[in-house]
Amino acid sequence: MRHIISLLMENEAGALSRVSGLFSARGYNIESLSVAPTEDPSLSRMTIVTSGSDDVIEQIIKQLNKLIEVIKVIDLNDGEHIEREMMLVKVKAGEAEREEAKRMADIFRGRIIDVSDQSYTIELTGTVAKLDAFLAAIDRNWILETVRTGASGIGRGARMLRI
Amino acid sequence: MELTGAEIVLRCLQEEGVEHVFGYPGGAVLFIYDEFFKQDKVKHILTRHEQGAVHAADGYSRSTKKVGVALVTSGPGATNAVTGIATAYMDSIPMVIISGQVPTPAIGLDAFQEVDTVGITRPCVKHNFLVKDVKDIASTMKKAFYLASTGRPGPVLVDIPKDITQHKTEFVYPESVSLRSYNPVTKGHPGQIRRALQLILEAKRPMVYTGGGITLSNASGELAEFVRMMNFPCTNTLMGLGGYPATDRQFLGMLGMHGTYEANMAMQECDVLIAIGARFDDRVIGNPEHFFNPARKIIHIDIDPSSISKRVRVDVPIVGNVQDVLQEMLKALNSSRERVDAAALESWWKQIEEWRSRDCLKYDRQSKLIKPQMVVEKLYEVTGGDAFVTSDVGQHQMWAAQFYKFDKPRRWINSGGLGTMGFGLPAAMGVQVANPGAKVACVTGEGSIQMCIQELSTCKQYHLPIKIIALNNRYLGMVRQWQEFFHGNRYSESYMDALPDFVKLAESYGHVGMRIESPSDVEGALKEAFALEDRLVFMDFVTDQAENVFPMVPGGKGLSEMILV
Ligand SMILES: Cc1ncc(C[n+]2csc(CCOP(=O)(O)OP(=O)(O)O)c2C)c(N)n1
Repeated sequence: MRHIISLLMENEAGALSRVSGLFSARGYNIESLSVAPTEDPSLSRMTIVTSGSDDVIEQIIKQLNKLIEVIKVIDLNDGEHIEREMMLVKVKAGEAEREEAKRMADIFRGRIIDVSDQSYTIELTGTVAKLDAFLAAIDRNWILETVRTGASGIGRGARMLRI
Repeated sequence: MELTGAEIVLRCLQEEGVEHVFGYPGGAVLFIYDEFFKQDKVKHILTRHEQGAVHAADGYSRSTKKVGVALVTSGPGATNAVTGIATAYMDSIPMVIISGQVPTPAIGLDAFQEVDTVGITRPCVKHNFLVKDVKDIASTMKKAFYLASTGRPGPVLVDIPKDITQHKTEFVYPESVSLRSYNPVTKGHPGQIRRALQLILEAKRPMVYTGGGITLSNASGELAEFVRMMNFPCTNTLMGLGGYPATDRQFLGMLGMHGTYEANMAMQECDVLIAIGARFDDRVIGNPEHFFNPARKIIHIDIDPSSISKRVRVDVPIVGNVQDVLQEMLKALNSSRERVDAAALESWWKQIEEWRSRDCLKYDRQSKLIKPQMVVEKLYEVTGGDAFVTSDVGQHQMWAAQFYKFDKPRRWINSGGLGTMGFGLPAAMGVQVANPGAKVACVTGEGSIQMCIQELSTCKQYHLPIKIIALNNRYLGMVRQWQEFFHGNRYSESYMDALPDFVKLAESYGHVGMRIESPSDVEGALKEAFALEDRLVFMDFVTDQAENVFPMVPGGKGLSEMILV
């Protein structure tokens, strides 16, 4: 099953490679991994989207906890949570495509953030599934370039990951 | 007063009470070596290869509970050390490895003798550090010793660029360390302990299975008390030998791939399994599907949560320091009025004795060829069971484990997890340095000993009177055995051709060499060798080439599917 794991770790050189090294060394899947410092610059927060049986997910969490620089790990799937990813898509927007491309962006609540006579760049935010759905809905040949941030996630309401 | 980084390194070692460092110099660590020269509190032992230095520090630690320390230069020094570091990591041995690095401005420029040591060692250390500022040396060293020796122990590497060892700063050694991201548990969860005790008291066919964790947490006293009080059977893993006295009636011998019939059968058939400081390794339980038995309840006590339910689902996990948890359990048992079902236990013991009566370790004692098992038995007798025995990897290692009865922890020193050939001799050096005057034997094969044979020179320089017991079968015996059993007797590259004359080899290093070819000479030769208290003796035992290690659980098979003699 797909799980979103969130963790806080020391914002130190090399910490990221310990996490990614762990995943490759132990053969765990990574669908996406995103990381950035938090409001406390000494801390980084990482979101890892992975998949595996319950046993594998349990091991992943234990192994992450074992890394010396990792402070806290939670499996967001253990409770209510929100997931968001941002994607920038450059699509063909010549005479023929322009209108339809704009319409698709609107349907998915995307914003056109760059325009040229041949292309639009659309910014889309949502769950990973929603971004996938956009890519599936639009004509494959129109897509010129995509870039995605990877999912980040947060617990709902009082559910928090902090130290 | 300001000190240089190199001076600070030495001061840190002194503050940590380090008496011996095993190492090998080179460009990046020259300033540190210069400081060794200027002091005499920390003694440096110069090995002949960095692998030897790390294994020696490892053997030093295993035999003493102290943190072993090794020092190597950048580049090839560090890469040579990797096998030793991985060996220590797999067996959770507390060590600090200091490696030199090219000067900070040169990092990343493919400088002479530059490798990404922190990157290369990342997967085989508990943690590692690259020190980028002289001000960080003291706190980093403090953290390194703390991390290495607490929680589940392990090797920690500190990589120090050359320029940092030259820079100066004020030296202050931190009194204590606290890391917000690292808080190893010690005490077990009381509720879990209660649940475990309940299972234990209800057991009809209990079994205690313990590993290296008993040794690492110094809990052999508590273990013996627990096992005796309950009258339970006990088995040890290869890493755990000596954790429970091998001469005790309640000891069923080692378990696992080459474990005894009684230990493996009892593991399979018990109804409550109490696993302590052990990790259900593949060489220990064989095929996990076969091992699985819904009627058996498993209690697992370990300091590392990630060891729990990794290979085998357990019913009552207890995360904590094995010694603390055992103490809690003993306290509760001592004040409890409940007792185990004595009648059930008695019939369980009857079953175990029946298994034991198969005498699974029997071998031909009338043979005209030297049987390797007999050499180990004689070694046990001649040393009064009181030697430190290191080993390499192969058949000889298994025979040493099966036939030398270790009554005390930290006496059996081998590379259990990584299975590193070449470990035995340098590890023995570390043991002998840490225990001057003690009897130290290295039981090895003619294959393994050649992997770090250069250390004979170190032994000469530091007068280390190790007794090398080479069980020379002219084969990479364990490989040959697998080829005999599973590859149709095709002995591909497992014959050890062109062997040196080990007697002359030992002599040329300044040691005593002996070749023993007849069973009737074994005991006498061993006595003679151990009488040479201040000499290293290389004993080349010419053994039966065809001998195999039994019992054997073939790879992928279940524990109770042993091949017996
Ligand atoms: C460094 C290393 N390389 C290869 C192996 C694989 N291996 C395991 S046992 C063995 C044979 C060891 O031969 P020897 O030291 O002569 O001991 P014997 O089995 O004959 O007692 C080999 C090659 C290993 N364990 N370590």
